Amino acid sequence: MSSVAQKKGFGAWLWDWMTTVDHKKIGILYFLGGAFFFVLGGIEAMMIRIQLLNPESTLISAGLFNQLITMHGTTMIFLAAMPILFGFMNAIMPLQIGARDVAFPFINSLGFWMFMFGGIFLNISWLAGGAPDAGWTSYTSLAITSPGHGVDFYSIGLQLAGAGTLMSGINFLVTIINMRAPGMTYMRMPLFTWTTFIASAMILFAFPPLTVGLFFLTFDRLFGANFFDHTMGGNTIIWEHIFWIFGHPEVYILILPAFGIFSEIFPTFAKKRLFGYTSMVFATVLIGFLGFMVWAHHMFTVGLGSTANAIFAVATMAIAVPTGVKIFNWLLTIWGGSIKVTTPMLYAIAFIPSFVMGGVTGVMQGAAPLDYQLHDSYFIVAHFHYVIVGGVVLGILAATHYWWPKMFGTMLNEKLGKVTFWFFFIGFHMTFLIQHWLGFWGMPRRVFTYMDGQGWNLANYISTVGAFLMAIGVIVLVINAIMTTVKNEPVANDPWGDGRTLEWATQSPPLYYNFPQTPLVRGLDTVWIEKQEGNKSGFTPAVPLQDIHMPHGSIIPFLMSFGLFIAGFGAMYRLETAWGLPLLIFGLLWTFVAMSVRSVKDDLGYYVPKEEILEDMKREGGQK
Amino acid sequence: MMKGLKKWRLFALLTALTIFLAGCGQQELSTLLPAGEVAKDQFNLLLLSSGIMLLVILVVVLIYVIALLRFRRSKLGEDHIPEQVEGSHTLELVWTVIPILLVLLLAVPTVYYTYKLGDVSAMVAVNEDGDAENLVVDVTAKLYWWEFEYPELGVVTAQELVVPMDERVYFNLIAADVKHSFWIPAVGGKLDNNVENVNKFYLTFEKDSRDLDEGVFFGKCAELCGPSHALMDFKVKTLTRPEFDEWVLAMQATEGATADKDSADMGEAVFANSCISCHAVSGVDDPAYMGVDHAGAVGPNLTTFGDRNRVAGFMDHDEESLKNWITDTQKYKPGNTMPSFDHLSDEELDALTGYLMGLTIEE
Amino acid sequence: MDLNQKFTPETWPEKPELATFEGKNKFVGFWLFLGGEVILFATLFATYLALKNKGPEGLEFTTQGLFELPLVFVMTMLLLTSSLTSVYAMYHLRNFNFRKMQLWLGFTAFLGLGFLMLEVYEFVHYVGLGFTYGNSAFSSAFYTLVGTHGFHVAIGLVWITLLIFRNAKRGLNLYNASKYYTFSLYWHFIDVVWVFIFTAVYLMGVVG
Repeated sequence: MSSVAQKKGFGAWLWDWMTTVDHKKIGILYFLGGAFFFVLGGIEAMMIRIQLLNPESTLISAGLFNQLITMHGTTMIFLAAMPILFGFMNAIMPLQIGARDVAFPFINSLGFWMFMFGGIFLNISWLAGGAPDAGWTSYTSLAITSPGHGVDFYSIGLQLAGAGTLMSGINFLVTIINMRAPGMTYMRMPLFTWTTFIASAMILFAFPPLTVGLFFLTFDRLFGANFFDHTMGGNTIIWEHIFWIFGHPEVYILILPAFGIFSEIFPTFAKKRLFGYTSMVFATVLIGFLGFMVWAHHMFTVGLGSTANAIFAVATMAIAVPTGVKIFNWLLTIWGGSIKVTTPMLYAIAFIPSFVMGGVTGVMQGAAPLDYQLHDSYFIVAHFHYVIVGGVVLGILAATHYWWPKMFGTMLNEKLGKVTFWFFFIGFHMTFLIQHWLGFWGMPRRVFTYMDGQGWNLANYISTVGAFLMAIGVIVLVINAIMTTVKNEPVANDPWGDGRTLEWATQSPPLYYNFPQTPLVRGLDTVWIEKQEGNKSGFTPAVPLQDIHMPHGSIIPFLMSFGLFIAGFGAMYRLETAWGLPLLIFGLLWTFVAMSVRSVKDDLGYYVPKEEILEDMKREGGQK
Repeated sequence: MMKGLKKWRLFALLTALTIFLAGCGQQELSTLLPAGEVAKDQFNLLLLSSGIMLLVILVVVLIYVIALLRFRRSKLGEDHIPEQVEGSHTLELVWTVIPILLVLLLAVPTVYYTYKLGDVSAMVAVNEDGDAENLVVDVTAKLYWWEFEYPELGVVTAQELVVPMDERVYFNLIAADVKHSFWIPAVGGKLDNNVENVNKFYLTFEKDSRDLDEGVFFGKCAELCGPSHALMDFKVKTLTRPEFDEWVLAMQATEGATADKDSADMGEAVFANSCISCHAVSGVDDPAYMGVDHAGAVGPNLTTFGDRNRVAGFMDHDEESLKNWITDTQKYKPGNTMPSFDHLSDEELDALTGYLMGLTIEE
Repeated sequence: MDLNQKFTPETWPEKPELATFEGKNKFVGFWLFLGGEVILFATLFATYLALKNKGPEGLEFTTQGLFELPLVFVMTMLLLTSSLTSVYAMYHLRNFNFRKMQLWLGFTAFLGLGFLMLEVYEFVHYVGLGFTYGNSAFSSAFYTLVGTHGFHVAIGLVWITLLIFRNAKRGLNLYNASKYYTFSLYWHFIDVVWVFIFTAVYLMGVVG
């Protein structure tokens, strides 16, 4: 496909990407979009750490600092970590279950463009009078009194991106329920598919509360509602509940796919079946379920009362049990295996101690009375960076190296990969380990500066140096990615040589219809089973070669998202400008018309004829 | 093998760092040097949970390191195919049950302390004469300062909390504008100042603040409340009970104190012209004062300004800082609500700072 | 799937909405979507119940003084009946009787429109009394909960109108059968939500 596009010229190439409904291309779009925002959020993080390098620093003003912390958190969670994980889910999960595409390719594209426009909307705030400054949690009372339009950019931008996420979540669920290849029973699904499934289910139940919460916030600020204004009978605690009913599951939405990634990498590079597959699946389901039961542990100091605090404290500690099960299963997977330390494996190995440390500090904060001390101190900053960087980001970096050949058809340089790893890993621990003590020593989080003479200077200095090491690691990774893309040395189906799951049984990158024939699945780690039984390709077809039904591309998702994007500006400037209201109406109409066109126009897709598939197979020469 | 060595070096480094970090911070504000019953309870819970968690980390790291050293492909050869073990019910049971037991071990004291620290029933207890048995302080958090009112004693102060030692002091917390959170790290965990409801809890102060290097405990705002959230500090002075009673009497004696516009003291005159509409110089909580009750006071009460440890909660307590503050408030505490008085002449400023530094009730 | 495939009532599948692969996906996907909608409305309900009758000091409007059950009762009847007519339409969908299906869906849309008009009347009436969106936390929560439901009704009306006119000339096929079916699911869901609104907002408001 890409070679065809190159002949067509830049315009056609761009059009191809804007209209694509191919899950692999959307996966790449998510990945690149997320990577862009990851770098942006990283720059914000560096500015934060540089400001905190010395006490009483005046490099960055108090107001700007609050914008930086808000945007750093929001960007990293909503615009970097989730989209990058969505990129892997899109690119890999349908391959792992032997599907041709996701269940709703059109909605998949719509989800991506909603995320992209939401992210752009949010970041335009930097140029339009100031970014949101009430923290990524945007606690009301502060958020409804925050001057300017910063918080409006937050609520509307996240509303767009959140809607996209919800669509993708439903899409993944239906894909996994309906589109598994013959023989791919639930209990034969790779762990990454399982965690995608559970994370998507959590998205389905966690994002509607966020939608409602953001709606309240938008309407309180822009349309005269009084949900959070206590002088009008409103209640700010409602926001905290709604936010954390979304926010806590969100943490698991991020970490579960990372667990899935590591559950793929450990067996691959230990050449050994995942230990305790069944209990891993149940632990995942249990974590997903408990994830909805513990939101109030973010609110121990709000004054909910002893009984509520005690119940949520015990529920929180309970999550440690299934998480512990997972850790020990990973350990027993590499125990007795044949460990090859590739770059992805290096990340996986580093993940275990890093994440365990983040996990145990989580349990410590689950102990409510202790949390009264740790809450909103630098201890919590250390804790959630240990879980999110030590868990999610290490997972993302591992998957980037692991699946890069499958997504882009070429290998990242292993040497540079390891350089990235060591800089990032050492920098990470240096930055965040010491922050636990800053918390013990009484340093609150979200402070734009600190006075000299409180004993925090050295620790902050070390922390900032660590952040620079992480930044160097990321820069090396970017260089690595550019270099390998320029070289573009093609690789075989299974470049690691130890692939166990179906994505390694097709080309790298796969042809646009994924598999010439739908595969037959004969067990967990089906490719490994086939290879052990002498089938070198690792692939057994389930059906004879036949025409393949494929969906058409469409520009409508892009147009629909764009309409909502401009409607967002209309809503925001409705009160102070004459063009606000017309723009709002125009944007909504635009989206509605685009949607109607989609609904009125019959789109039945097209068929790839058998002959073309045969030709592709001949050209690729089967196994390289 | 090189990689293995690197790993060990890293571990050695981390261990050294950990030992170095085991320092306890400064006694004015470290949770690791608890100065009261509540902080001690929380510190004990910290020790217990850290102990359990270190045990978990130790077990994990042990299995992990052995596995990494023993099962390397470079040792076993490329062709070695490990046994494809499905799992083990016994092991699964072990690592489900043991964590449950460990969690229970932590859950029991957690629940106990949650109820213990949440028990404010003694707040309303009265003795035979109908007087409250325990000291109650109403804390109102405002952008970006703290007001402390002692409702039973009819006394109000700001920025510097004064409490007796070795007894439970109960707090009513509320915020006047946006949400804040009241935290004295060395004395006990925080509780939020919400805008719509009063939160109650207690703390016990068991260390004399005069023994501290700074002479006061540090209090912090722990909830993002705007640009100057980082500067919303307050200080805590602890006194023996008799000293505290004396302090209260001295405060009560300031009833009706005010500044006179026609005073011969130029500082007092300036104060009366420019400051008194927001800042009271009487420590007696007078609901009729300025027609508003304490929660509506616009600026911090300055009755004890000369006795305080800091200017504006965080700046050095000297005349230079005070002048800087008065002439350019936004520079030092961005977003605060006090106007800058940059039109005062140097002479007026000198007089005003002199007057303010002289506002004291201590001998 | 072939749009030109001709069916007779005999060859028409028993469950036309599930006869195609796309139809199956749509069916599962829409049920999941409704699951998310349940959470959305649950959040709105919870907020409403928390803010019910909450306002500035001396709150003028409360549920007891404001709501009039007769009007709401008529609205409830209209919407419940429209749910019933949509069931008839689905009956004819399964029997491959396109004309009758369209007719019953027409009734459904008509009843839905009646409901929406009454809701608009109700809102206009309240605003006229001074019970505006920004009157109190209670008014914001009330209009948002009931209005979100009303918005769903409006979306449903546009949807079914498009479907009816779009397919008027082409008749029933396996491609649009699942579209009709999905609409009916949606319409039932809206109806169920209204039953909860009627109970939690109006009945409990006047009685409780």
